[in-house]
Amino acid sequence: MALKLSDYKTDVHNDWCSGCGDFGILNAIQMALADMQRPINKVTIFSGIGCSGKTPHFIRTYGIHTLHGRVLPFAQGAKLANPDLDVIAVGGDGDGLGIGAGHFVGAGRRNVDMAYIIFNNAVYGLTKGQASPTLKLGMKTKSLPQPNVNNSVNPIALALVSGFTFLARGYSYDVRHLKDLIKKAVEHKGLAFVDVLQPCPTYNDINTKEWFQGLDNIDASTGKTMPRMYKLEETGYDGIVHDPSELNEKMAQVIAKSNEWGDKIPIGVFYQNEHIPTYQERIAARIPNYMESPPALQEIADASGKPITNIDRLLGDLSVDK
Amino acid sequence: MPKTVTNNLSWVIGGAQGSGVDSAANIFSRACAAAGLHIFGKREYYSNIKGEHSYFTVRVNDRPIHSHVDGINLLCSFDAETVFRHFRDVTPGGGIVYDPELIETAIDEVPTLDDQASDRIKKTLENAGLGFQLKDALDFATKRGATAFPVPFFKLLQEFAHKVNEPGLSKLTRMVNVMALSASMSILGFDPAILDRAIQFIFRAKKKVADLNVGAAAHVYAYANSKFANGQFSYSLKAKPTESNMIIVQGNQSSAMGKMIAGCRFQTYYPITPASDDSEFLESNEILDLNDSGRKGSTVVVQTEDEIAAIAMAIGSALTGARSATATSGPGFSLMAEALGWAGINEVPLVVSLYQRAGPSTGLPTRHEQGDLHFAINAGHGEFPRIVLASGDIEESFYDTIKVFNFADRYQMPVIHILDKAIANSVTTSQNFNPTKVAIDRGSIVTKVSDADKGAAGNYLRFKLSDNPISPRVVLGTKDAIFWNTGDEHTEEGHISEDPELRVQMMDKRMNKLDLALKEIPDEDKAIAYGSGDIVLLGWGSTKGVILDVIERLQIEGINVKFVQVRLMNPFPSVLVTSMLAGAKKVIGIEMNYSAQLGSLLRQNTGLDYDYRIVKYNGRPMSLDEVYNAVKRIIDDKNVPRRQVLKHGA
Repeated sequence: MALKLSDYKTDVHNDWCSGCGDFGILNAIQMALADMQRPINKVTIFSGIGCSGKTPHFIRTYGIHTLHGRVLPFAQGAKLANPDLDVIAVGGDGDGLGIGAGHFVGAGRRNVDMAYIIFNNAVYGLTKGQASPTLKLGMKTKSLPQPNVNNSVNPIALALVSGFTFLARGYSYDVRHLKDLIKKAVEHKGLAFVDVLQPCPTYNDINTKEWFQGLDNIDASTGKTMPRMYKLEETGYDGIVHDPSELNEKMAQVIAKSNEWGDKIPIGVFYQNEHIPTYQERIAARIPNYMESPPALQEIADASGKPITNIDRLLGDLSVDK
Repeated sequence: MPKTVTNNLSWVIGGAQGSGVDSAANIFSRACAAAGLHIFGKREYYSNIKGEHSYFTVRVNDRPIHSHVDGINLLCSFDAETVFRHFRDVTPGGGIVYDPELIETAIDEVPTLDDQASDRIKKTLENAGLGFQLKDALDFATKRGATAFPVPFFKLLQEFAHKVNEPGLSKLTRMVNVMALSASMSILGFDPAILDRAIQFIFRAKKKVADLNVGAAAHVYAYANSKFANGQFSYSLKAKPTESNMIIVQGNQSSAMGKMIAGCRFQTYYPITPASDDSEFLESNEILDLNDSGRKGSTVVVQTEDEIAAIAMAIGSALTGARSATATSGPGFSLMAEALGWAGINEVPLVVSLYQRAGPSTGLPTRHEQGDLHFAINAGHGEFPRIVLASGDIEESFYDTIKVFNFADRYQMPVIHILDKAIANSVTTSQNFNPTKVAIDRGSIVTKVSDADKGAAGNYLRFKLSDNPISPRVVLGTKDAIFWNTGDEHTEEGHISEDPELRVQMMDKRMNKLDLALKEIPDEDKAIAYGSGDIVLLGWGSTKGVILDVIERLQIEGINVKFVQVRLMNPFPSVLVTSMLAGAKKVIGIEMNYSAQLGSLLRQNTGLDYDYRIVKYNGRPMSLDEVYNAVKRIIDDKNVPRRQVLKHGA
């Protein structure tokens, strides 16, 4: 029987602020899972800490709410031990790009086949609005005592140079578009990153829903508001690396596009490169039966509990009579 | 001159790091083992790649031995620093193999000899009315009754190059290590055929290197035989038939082999001395033979970006049902503290192999200490259950490794397996490990959830509250059994909760598992008593070897003392240890740390205390002599201080 959207929802009370961008992202994840008909028991959502960290509790699949900044290592561990699982990691911008930045880079280098979604609202919401690594230099959101003194990190560019092989940006209030991005990310062979721009209605009074909609951004000739978001796919942009020879050119355009900010903010797929072997493929090159017999699925004892591993070869080498 | 001592020897080889000290010591150890002798060896080295002084001590005996001694019966050198650093330990009747070209070398000409060490050496020489050159150090030793054996390595190398008609060889100073070793074997009258076999074995991956080394060794052996075989040297090694089923094994292999047998299939690590070897051994042997067929098993070893990732990844893997571990040392373990608590509150079976080294901070990164006992028991904020088991030696560490995985699964909690630098960097002859002696216990892991394990809404309850604090566990991917984990306090399903009553129930559930563990874990895994007597030596971890040798030495003198080795450090086996200490007149704690950490644990858990403390924290493992002397003082001398600090070691 086909799984319905409601099958991916729990009845856990959701205590996010009303108007929070997290709702759109949560819905998009659930819709993507339903669209792809992913079996409930095969999916595990891992999360970090913060408002976004609560996400797995609202999704009726396995849900592992981990530590601040550590979602990627937890998630990679599960995926590598059992590649048969669909692993999706979620977390905030502070979680992934502040305290977890080292793991972000480390994960890129591995290219484990899974998806990572960052709920990017430029503030630390749950601790009451401090500046996150994606808040622009000099911005003073309402809860900051002083304007932000740090430069912002470019998540897409950082992911690119770290080795992520799928890069997309979505917007939390364009749920259908975001759902499609998440589906692509999950279906991508390798480590996929989706940077989701979202308002924090409580603490980020600069990058608000209205700001993203461009209510202040009036076209002088028509007098109409101009939404800040535009879709890369509607501009003829092609982020796919069709052939490894295109790599430098494709990487360069990611840097250029991901630096666009202000009145024009691109969303969509920035980059996809399936020519890079996944970490699973790299392991399988050394351990031929890894995919059929990964760590989680190996038998280690017989029916009576006796270990079945045989180390006679190693012990034989240590024999004093050798 | 003492009469010849056969098969009871303390041998040391030293040299600059990177000059083959380890290879030579491995050949020596293996040759002795192949000659039917028992050995115990330990390796000392600096945190350095090349150039600093490293040395390897090997004790050889007819019978099993478990420690090193202060004295050196034969010092095997091919550089000046080795002689300078160790000549004071050469025993009367002992010997020094040295390079005669170096005799004019002065202490100040050895740049790697630090000021503190060189001041001490100079003082010794000055007090003896000697100068500061190598020949003075040799004088010092020979005046005390040692023999100096000059071996002109360069000349011998040239001769050998000429003999095999490969003039380029004379530059191959890399072979000097084996040449020095061979000279010492000749002096000891060791069977050269067995030596050849050991060289071949150690260099088995490189046939040409092996052959050259065998040739050079034979050349030096013959030279030394002609020069020194005057029957005067006090020590000799005589081969005898090997005992059946013996192995020669290093402490950085034993726990890794235990992991293979235990079914650990996922290990993470970030490079750190002395723990990395464990992971590297697993990775080098990542494809595993299985008993039943041509099927293969495997271990996935992941080098992570840091130790936080290492433990987090291992936990992620453990959630899928794979037996998972991470191996680290103190600095790395410090970084793991937060995630350890996550594994605790989420009841995840996880093994951390904690190879202690001297702290705090970077401390003495390549040296030994037992300074992390309290930290292992208390690491992480808040209160959560964990099991801490400390292995006493290499053989124990193999079997304990299977046990820690069983504990982790059975009690669904992190288990910290304490090892240390002394174990990791020692080598010993041992009875072969017997994997058929062990069993695997995965605890209450289930593949199908029964209705009893479900809540009113039909959901599986991962943290079901019942009379049994252990809930049936499923792994990620299981059908009809989804659950949630969170580092927050949680409901039976695993959702966040801040309810005060549920909090108490969940805390009780988790902590009660420790009571259950304490009830179920067999006595032999809690503490072991050796010998008997009303003087009790109390210790934990790798001081086991030296204490066993001490009680044996005392026994020979007719003094019976008891040794209690505590193995289960948390939960603390208070009842058993109290019973083992009953009737003791003197309790002597022996620990490789400053504050005698087991002593405070004992006090905390039983109200009992050490009467005397023998501690050491200079980074070098305890020697048989110094522990023996300290214990003997307590037995003999009413005015002995309550705390003795041991200081031997170069």
